[in-house]
Amino acid sequence: MKVLMFGWEFPPHITGGLGTACFGLTKGLAKHGVEVIFVVPKSFGDESQEGFRLINASDIELDFTQTLTREFREKISYMEVGSNLVPYLDPEEFERWYTEEVAGKKTETHSVFNRKYQFSGKYGANLMEEVSRYALVALSVANNFQYDVIHAHDWLTYAAGIAAKQISGKPLVVHVHATEFDRSGENVNQVVYDIERNGMEAADRVITVSNFTRQIVIERYGIPAEKVFTVHNAVEPVDKPETEDVTKHVKEKIVTFLGRVTYQKGPDYFVEAAHKVLQRDPNVRFVMAGSGDLLNRMIRRVAQLKMGTRFHFTGFLAGAEVDRMFAMSDVYVMPSVSEPFGISPLEAMRTNVPVVISKQSGVAEVLQHALKVDFWDIDALADAIYGILHYDGLRKMFAKYGKSEVDSLLWENAALKVLEVYNNATGHSN
Amino acid sequence: MRSVCLYFQVHQPFRLRTYRFFNIGQDHYYYDDYQNRHIIRRVAEKCYLPANRMMLQLINEFGKAFKVSYSISGTALDQFAQYVPEVIDSFRQLAATGCVEFISETEYHSLASLGNEQEFIRQVELHSQRIEKLFGQKPQTFRNSELIYSDTIGETVANLGFHTILTEGAKHVLGWKSPNYIYCNNLNPKLRVLLRNFNLSDDLSFRFSEQRWSEWPLTAEKFVGWLNASDPHEEVVNLFMDYETIGEHQWKETGIFDFFYHLPSTLFTKSNFTFATPEELYQRLQPMAAINVPYAISWADEERDLTAWKGNELQTEALSKLYSLSGSISKCKDPVILRDWGYLQSSNHFYYMSTKWFSAGEVHKHFNPYSSPYDAFINYMNAISDFAIRVEDSLASPDSGSERKEAVKPVKAGKKTSAVKIKTVKKTAKPGAPAEKKKAAKTETAPKAVKSAKTKAAVKETKAAKAVQAVKEKKTPRAKATVKETKPAKAALAVKEKKAVKPATEVKAKKLSTVKTVEKAKKAPKSGSASKKA
Repeated sequence: MKVLMFGWEFPPHITGGLGTACFGLTKGLAKHGVEVIFVVPKSFGDESQEGFRLINASDIELDFTQTLTREFREKISYMEVGSNLVPYLDPEEFERWYTEEVAGKKTETHSVFNRKYQFSGKYGANLMEEVSRYALVALSVANNFQYDVIHAHDWLTYAAGIAAKQISGKPLVVHVHATEFDRSGENVNQVVYDIERNGMEAADRVITVSNFTRQIVIERYGIPAEKVFTVHNAVEPVDKPETEDVTKHVKEKIVTFLGRVTYQKGPDYFVEAAHKVLQRDPNVRFVMAGSGDLLNRMIRRVAQLKMGTRFHFTGFLAGAEVDRMFAMSDVYVMPSVSEPFGISPLEAMRTNVPVVISKQSGVAEVLQHALKVDFWDIDALADAIYGILHYDGLRKMFAKYGKSEVDSLLWENAALKVLEVYNNATGHSN
Repeated sequence: MRSVCLYFQVHQPFRLRTYRFFNIGQDHYYYDDYQNRHIIRRVAEKCYLPANRMMLQLINEFGKAFKVSYSISGTALDQFAQYVPEVIDSFRQLAATGCVEFISETEYHSLASLGNEQEFIRQVELHSQRIEKLFGQKPQTFRNSELIYSDTIGETVANLGFHTILTEGAKHVLGWKSPNYIYCNNLNPKLRVLLRNFNLSDDLSFRFSEQRWSEWPLTAEKFVGWLNASDPHEEVVNLFMDYETIGEHQWKETGIFDFFYHLPSTLFTKSNFTFATPEELYQRLQPMAAINVPYAISWADEERDLTAWKGNELQTEALSKLYSLSGSISKCKDPVILRDWGYLQSSNHFYYMSTKWFSAGEVHKHFNPYSSPYDAFINYMNAISDFAIRVEDSLASPDSGSERKEAVKPVKAGKKTSAVKIKTVKKTAKPGAPAEKKKAAKTETAPKAVKSAKTKAAVKETKAAKAVQAVKEKKTPRAKATVKETKPAKAALAVKEKKAVKPATEVKAKKLSTVKTVEKAKKAPKSGSASKKA
């Protein structure tokens, strides 16, 4: 089985969400003997070139290559396409971003949690143009390679996937990591929505990262349920040495929110729950790590509730700071309003931090050793936090089972399910 | 003469309401009245009432030949009295036939046998007395919660004077032995041990409606055929199961009623089996051997051990927190605290915290009000934390019990039952009670349902103080039974028990109210400080 895969990021340029997932998935597929031609958009300083080039994973200077198995190197071809594609941006945002950042100078925000990975480039100020250009590029890629199935990750690559399908006649699988409803709530961008729906309709099979997302695809995009399959994300096992000595300078327990401070991450519910907990137990500190358009409102609300001395904002954290934050935390909270999957609780659990997650997240479907609440249920959220802080049994249980539960979510298994979908789409029986 | 011993367990716990940490110290009512009422009524309608009718019909049909035995937990009895008193009536009808044996257990269906012998004995005695009062027979047979049994538990039960104890015919205890004989306790051979035949029992309670089961559909003929096929020397087949098997675990549509209805006639015509109660077996048969059970067994899961209630850190912590209060409780006299102490001990609370069903599935989920064991744990720990504070408080100052605070709590079903409550107030007032006192009581309870908790508190305290003063003047503490009914649920209980005309329960209710009256009289003078707090 050979797969032509359209993505938009790949290690080391990963933002934590999609790039990591694609990387894990291709590695998992390689273990099952599937060959992957991976195409990513990338803009270069020198944009007057042909538009894409082919790079074999073994010759590019990527630091991850050393860690890859020979098997993986043999199976994966890696391609970059010059493009300005930016994940998780809608066209208006893209324009703003382009005028602010790109027109000025090259920027590359690199973070695990803001899920925006910005490529620098000089042309293609219009996002839709970028999407189309990527599709054009896809056409030539599609024409020059042999493969059995096409796999496109999220809406920016759907047009490329459709184009490749048209030219090759091979079945198309689209992989939904997030939908416009997750990004924008009810104020969906119609153009993006249309691209998403076209992609799903044109696809022979649709893969969603959770049943939560599958439901959205079926109900909000009108896609027939029988062609939508859930394949939960997995995580790469890490053999991090137990987190280096992190000295906690406060004696109080720390409850952490870590993520973009935007509507869909539910930061306001975290603030309100903190207030409820602090009313009963002032010996707790709450931390909101991250930035976003709701940050100022959160700061004002914290001041209004007069809990400024117990509620801290760190701003945006990246890399080692994130690890340190986890290491200092006694509870990790993810109160997302809408979260297709949500990988961050798994990272917390790996450092033995108990987690409270919203039921409106895909990750809630695969975790048992986590407290789950409805995002809007502030009382339940506060109660869960209070429970972990005060009742030892919970901490013991989570310490005992949490990490091993996360470690059992293997990409290998997820890839097997994806392979089943491929076989299903190509009519192979396996 | 070989026997079938048919025994049914009737139990419902007081499920807890969602009790948040910010309720701790402020709100002392832990039960989900709505859910408890809803479930007990549903199960009564689907199981208890129709099944009792069927049993009565069978007894009438076969004279003394059909026999059955029950144990009904105290928490189930309390809920029957509150919500479906006709169930008690129907059990009393069964008791009157003389063909039914009522078996004793712990009053609260608790795990006290595992850690607190004194408390265990207290609950067993409480339950025995209650059963005797209700059904006119002193229980001679005992079954522990979840059929939990060990040599030492058996010894304790023997010392309490019971003839027989029921437990599981666990494979790892029996080895090559058959459960179909009478055994005796290893430490005190006077106590007979009846072992559940789990194959045949579970054919009915678990597999009956399972269409993938190779024996489906199971008919009375087929079942009696299996009985006949057993070793003819064996003396008794013990079919022990939840009564809810009939109509609730197995719905009526599965044919479970038909099965049980046809079982006796088939048994009498197609086999030489008869029905017997445990006490009859005690009178008639001798034990074959002692059974050696050094470590406790139960009827749960494949393992037949205690891990469903004591298997993880959550359960261990909750149980140890609960029983760490035993010492203080033994000095406590407040009837409301003692009631909560009992209700919080029901084994179900710990069962809900089991993480075994992460892999095992279905059975544990039945009736489980929580979506996860973690939720169950947090909720329980919140409630027990509040309870611990109340116990401490009541010991620190015996005058200011929990009842005062409880009076302040917002009552869930308050609006609906307030009318009933006022009626009760009238009824329970002694004829000699002065009119203004009744009035005081009425006005006291009426605004509660409407006003917010805080105003309620204030109103309540002042009124209560007045009411008490009135009482003091008259010096007839009993008359103040009027003031006592703070909870609509309890009020409803009083009304219903009255209606049901159960002399026994009524006496009990009255006794309770008298005690509370006295308590109240003691507490009220302190109400000044309380209103400040509120």
